[in-house]
Amino acid sequence: MNLTLAAKDGRNQPRDEGRAESPLAVRGLTVSYGEKPAVFSVDATFRAGAMTAIVGPNGAGKSTLLKAALGIVRPLSGKVTCYGKPLAKQRGRIAYVPQRASVDWDFPTRVIDVVLMGLYRQLGLLGRVRAGQMETALACLDRVGMREFADRQIGQLSGGQQQRVFLARALAQGAELYLLDEPFAGVDAATEKAIIAVLKELKAQGKTVVAVHHDLSTVPEYFDRVFLINTTRVAEGTVEEAFTEAHLHEAYGGRLATAQMSVAG
Amino acid sequence: MGLEFVSLSLPPLLIGIFAAIACALPGNFLLLRRQALIGDAISHVVLPGIVLAFLVTGAVSAWPMLLGAGAAALVTVLLIEIIRRVGRIEPGAAMGVVFTAMFAGGVLLLEQSDTSSVHLDVQHALYGNLESLIWLDGLGWASLLDWEALKGIPPELPRMFFTLVFVCGFIFLLWRPLKLSTFDEGFARTLGLPTGLIGLSLVVVAATAAVAAFDAVGSIIVIAMFICPPAAARMMTNRLERQIGWSVGFATLSAVLGYVLAGYGPLWLGGQNAVSAAGMIATVSGVILGVAALAGPCRHRAGAPAG
Amino acid sequence: MLLEALTLQLGYNATLVTIGATLLGIAAGATGTFLYVGKRALVSDAISHATLPGVGLAFIAMVLLGGDGRFLPGLLLGSAVSAAIGLLCVSWLSTRTRLAEDAAIGAVLSVFFGLGIVLLTVIQTMSSGRQAGLETFLLGSTAGMLWNDAVIIAAGGALVLALVVLLRRPMTLVAFDAEFAASTGVDVRRTDLAMMGLALAITVVGLKIVGLILIVALLIIPAVAARFWSDRMGRVVGIAGAIGGASGWIGAALSATAPDLPTGPIIVIVAASFFAVSLLCAPGRGVLAAVLRHRRFRARVHVRQGLLALAQEQPIYEGLTLRLMRRAGLIRADGVATEAGRAKAARALLDERRWQLLRADPRHEAAAARYDGLTPLETLLTADQIAELDRALKPEVAT
Repeated sequence: MNLTLAAKDGRNQPRDEGRAESPLAVRGLTVSYGEKPAVFSVDATFRAGAMTAIVGPNGAGKSTLLKAALGIVRPLSGKVTCYGKPLAKQRGRIAYVPQRASVDWDFPTRVIDVVLMGLYRQLGLLGRVRAGQMETALACLDRVGMREFADRQIGQLSGGQQQRVFLARALAQGAELYLLDEPFAGVDAATEKAIIAVLKELKAQGKTVVAVHHDLSTVPEYFDRVFLINTTRVAEGTVEEAFTEAHLHEAYGGRLATAQMSVAG
Repeated sequence: MGLEFVSLSLPPLLIGIFAAIACALPGNFLLLRRQALIGDAISHVVLPGIVLAFLVTGAVSAWPMLLGAGAAALVTVLLIEIIRRVGRIEPGAAMGVVFTAMFAGGVLLLEQSDTSSVHLDVQHALYGNLESLIWLDGLGWASLLDWEALKGIPPELPRMFFTLVFVCGFIFLLWRPLKLSTFDEGFARTLGLPTGLIGLSLVVVAATAAVAAFDAVGSIIVIAMFICPPAAARMMTNRLERQIGWSVGFATLSAVLGYVLAGYGPLWLGGQNAVSAAGMIATVSGVILGVAALAGPCRHRAGAPAG
Repeated sequence: MLLEALTLQLGYNATLVTIGATLLGIAAGATGTFLYVGKRALVSDAISHATLPGVGLAFIAMVLLGGDGRFLPGLLLGSAVSAAIGLLCVSWLSTRTRLAEDAAIGAVLSVFFGLGIVLLTVIQTMSSGRQAGLETFLLGSTAGMLWNDAVIIAAGGALVLALVVLLRRPMTLVAFDAEFAASTGVDVRRTDLAMMGLALAITVVGLKIVGLILIVALLIIPAVAARFWSDRMGRVVGIAGAIGGASGWIGAALSATAPDLPTGPIIVIVAASFFAVSLLCAPGRGVLAAVLRHRRFRARVHVRQGLLALAQEQPIYEGLTLRLMRRAGLIRADGVATEAGRAKAARALLDERRWQLLRADPRHEAAAARYDGLTPLETLLTADQIAELDRALKPEVAT
């Protein structure tokens, strides 16, 4: 058996292509909770200025990939670079929208306070919130259509509204790279529309968007690039290149029919 | 009235108030982080800490004991964390294992060592002796301006005061990171905040308050003040800033009302002797919590559960 | 002397106390397991602290009625009533208000305990004069115990243990999966109540031996220690009972040998020793085993990734990967693959390709779910199935 097994599909493209400029690149990333890797030896190079969907079946490691890339969970092995440099030096260029279920919505805080958290790097430990910064925060709420809720306690919002507040906070960060974990999970249709409009706006401004996404039917409409994952990388590329029947089969196996059926239904 | 009040009541009253606030402040964050019982664990292990300090130094003096208690609190927190992570045990059970074992060890050490000559016993550790912290040189309000008389003030008073200043300073300085990492730890990490370190420093500050307060008032107040005023404040408002304000108010009210009721309540009822001030302060804080839980404007959970 | 104590030869009282402590320990270990599995271990802390005002009030009431305040059954009854009220407060606070259960537990235990202390100081100053000695309920004391009290404790221990044995089936079901239990016709609410009632009974019986501050240890420590040794509920309950019983027996016996060895703390220390041994040495979930396993697992991940990189002629960057591969003789010091390394790399890549094919094939769905990047396919499929996969691979391999 010879060693030149390198494939021709998107799977094993050279690892270092475009890494230096990439807003987010991971190499050989393995994350494990316990004894079974949730993500195994994944290489990914997210393209600047593009909207990329991370797609895969339930439990395929989509969110884990994102969290490990951001340093929220610690990987077993692998490296992450952000604009060619270690992540720690680039925090200011990244904004993150976590899964809605990850926080305590009963927390005593208002919508506007949550958005102001996005300005933490500007405010520092003791800096007072100036009028201009308050304006920025309110403008971000405006962009997601939540301005009139600024004084509400966050637990009094609907799921979709909570998601929009999270997005407003990310906007307030004024970042270049936006990472979203299941932004459309459990939100109403109006919110989904509002969020996608904001994301498209960001793209038009030249920002990079990466989102974990589970609804296959909307992938071509919303995104221009796809990263297919099922523990390992299955495919990476434009929607035309990577979002193919064959790759989906590989990622979803027997579950593809069900996934598509739920899409249709 | 003035004379008796300044020498007999003012120092314990102030110490009680300072201790209550110093515990209630970090208690707000512990409550929101679902770590309310850390205060319980810490205050149980103070006993083995001071017993060990006594065995090492052979004397009952304040600083070694405070250090011993602080060290015991840190060891506890680390042990809980290790057992929780390494043994994959839920935090409540890990806590229960550690603090009961250490408390039992402390009691055994105490019984085995010759402490009969010094005032060191389990009951003192549990409910302190607030009433005995009197100021013999305080001969009226004027003494407050008299340097010589001030020297005779119970040392617990300045110690508790500086502890309170330290706790306030910590909360003020780290307000934003504390709030951020308590609300949304994952997001805080993406900002580069050292969330693990922030959590640990909060526990250290809580332990400092607990140890200093314990010395003056015993551990029962400490546990009550960590939880009851913040929990009652939680029912009053939906904003963290105001919650902190309410909790300070409730802590002060508990301390004052508890002290007064313990000292004068039995007299009003025709008894002759005062009852335990520490116990009464804890009881009052519980009554306040009960009222807030029955009638507080924000006593119910907000909105639908996420997810 | 210790041997005599362990073999129950130190007089009637000591023997009865030892038997009582053993029975209590078994019951507490078993009941504690149900609490622990239901993630409610610390509820017992609230229960035990909430007994104190009941003890105080019972004493006062009995004295006011002209009786002896130290009458043990009366005190225990009082403690049971106030512990039940404390339990109700915990469940009311955590279901009807926004407080989480841990905060409710902390609030109840500190407030009830504070109230109890107030009552103790009231009793101290009551004109009835005689030393009440209620402080012994804090840490437990069996010194100078009356014969009647010893009998009550032994009988109480036996009674709780019998109840645990009787209720173990429904409690297992509810603790494990309340919804399923409900679907099989178990009354979840009543079983839950019974579980709490058992914890309460154990607390009350244990007050005199272990004391209210430490009784919670008997409900938590054996259960947590036992959990390290098995993943099966029935076994965990049994092991916890054994650890609890052994702690009670050894502790009570040790305490009987010397006057300044209080029973409660000794029992807890013995139980904690069992826990420490379990934490460190248990196979499977123990720390030593877990550390070893994690290191081995990490090495497997790194080597596998290194092999795949070799096979695809990509550079390896990570120091740990390089070290591990060098140590295994897969690469030379300068990073070039050895003969063995190349052979293994090729096998790893082939395995990976087979997996890739298999996972795209709906017929192999069950096997595909086992993919973790590490398991060789040979261990899951028959040689025929592999050969079939390889036929599909052929055209690609040939290039």
